Amino acid sequence: MVSSIMVSKIWGYFIVIGIIFGLISGNAIKINESILTSCKTSLDLIMQIFPVIALWLGIANIATKSGLLQKLSNSLTKLLGPLFPEIPKGHISLSYIASNIIANVFGLGSAATPFGLKAMSSLQELNSDKTKASRSMITFTTINTSGVTIVPTTIIALRIMYGSIDPTKTVVTTLIATSLATIAGLFFDYLFARRYHE
Amino acid sequence: MSNYILPFMVLGIVLYGISKKVDLYDTFLEGSKESFKMIVTIFPNLLAMIVGVNILVESGFLEFLIHLLIPFLKVPIEVVSLAIMRPISGNATLALLNTIYTKYGVDHFYSLLGSTIQGCTDTTFYVIALYYGSIGIKKIRYALKTSLLADVVGICASLVICYLLFS
Repeated sequence: MVSSIMVSKIWGYFIVIGIIFGLISGNAIKINESILTSCKTSLDLIMQIFPVIALWLGIANIATKSGLLQKLSNSLTKLLGPLFPEIPKGHISLSYIASNIIANVFGLGSAATPFGLKAMSSLQELNSDKTKASRSMITFTTINTSGVTIVPTTIIALRIMYGSIDPTKTVVTTLIATSLATIAGLFFDYLFARRYHE
Repeated sequence: MSNYILPFMVLGIVLYGISKKVDLYDTFLEGSKESFKMIVTIFPNLLAMIVGVNILVESGFLEFLIHLLIPFLKVPIEVVSLAIMRPISGNATLALLNTIYTKYGVDHFYSLLGSTIQGCTDTTFYVIALYYGSIGIKKIRYALKTSLLADVVGICASLVICYLLFS
């Protein structure tokens, strides 16, 4: 996988460059301390995030089992139609895409992924060349990677943990930034789709 | 107002569940149980990235590099690293955000900016690899280019909006 190789390389460079540069610049003691405190930091962090994820997955399961997620996605499919001109009306892939977007909007990353994978496999059924990404797939991953989030749950949880006086202060700024990113993404997607088509 | 979003969402979901006669408690437990599996996957990632990132940050290398390249920059290195790392690793940026909160205080301007950058976009490389990998497509055409351009717009927008609203 592209990302695992890239992340692995970047991680390796971080450590090699960090330690060598630290030894040269005389920061060796700081690095020694940071390795030890990092372990404690990561354990503290995971112990704080864990209960929040546990709570959220429970709530999300109620939304899925009650059919709320499905119901919300039905109304969204009408809006999504024009963005995906290559998907026939009423095709199941639009429901999966809608469910994925809704789950992402509510900050339910873990619920979003299964829907996203289902969306991709049903888009692959429509794809004429199975070895290449279709236009609809790229539009979908563009929306997905630009992260349409209304409630950034992880960040709110982290801010509460750090004793913020207003943990949800960045909800509005995040919403504006993420909307602009998505709009820009769709614009570039449209532009490239036309250029690659010709 | 933003304080009410979360409680109302939980209320809405639970009320809908009641109206559809879902076994609320068992359904909650069933979903909640999945968190163990998730944490087991997340923890080694988080540990590796926090250690790696902290070694690099503490070594002073990034400071050296950034001071060398952009002397007029007004944003601290952790925020610059956060912006650069955002599309590459979600866990690394979470670690950086952690560092920013600790160093400057959670309600400091840099923390608000970092939170916005973290939330404005997803981990592009991960999503692309996962989604196209799942259906065996290697020729992703303009997918990565489009997503990365959107990330750049999102990060720049975060910077401008936070300066306008918080500084």
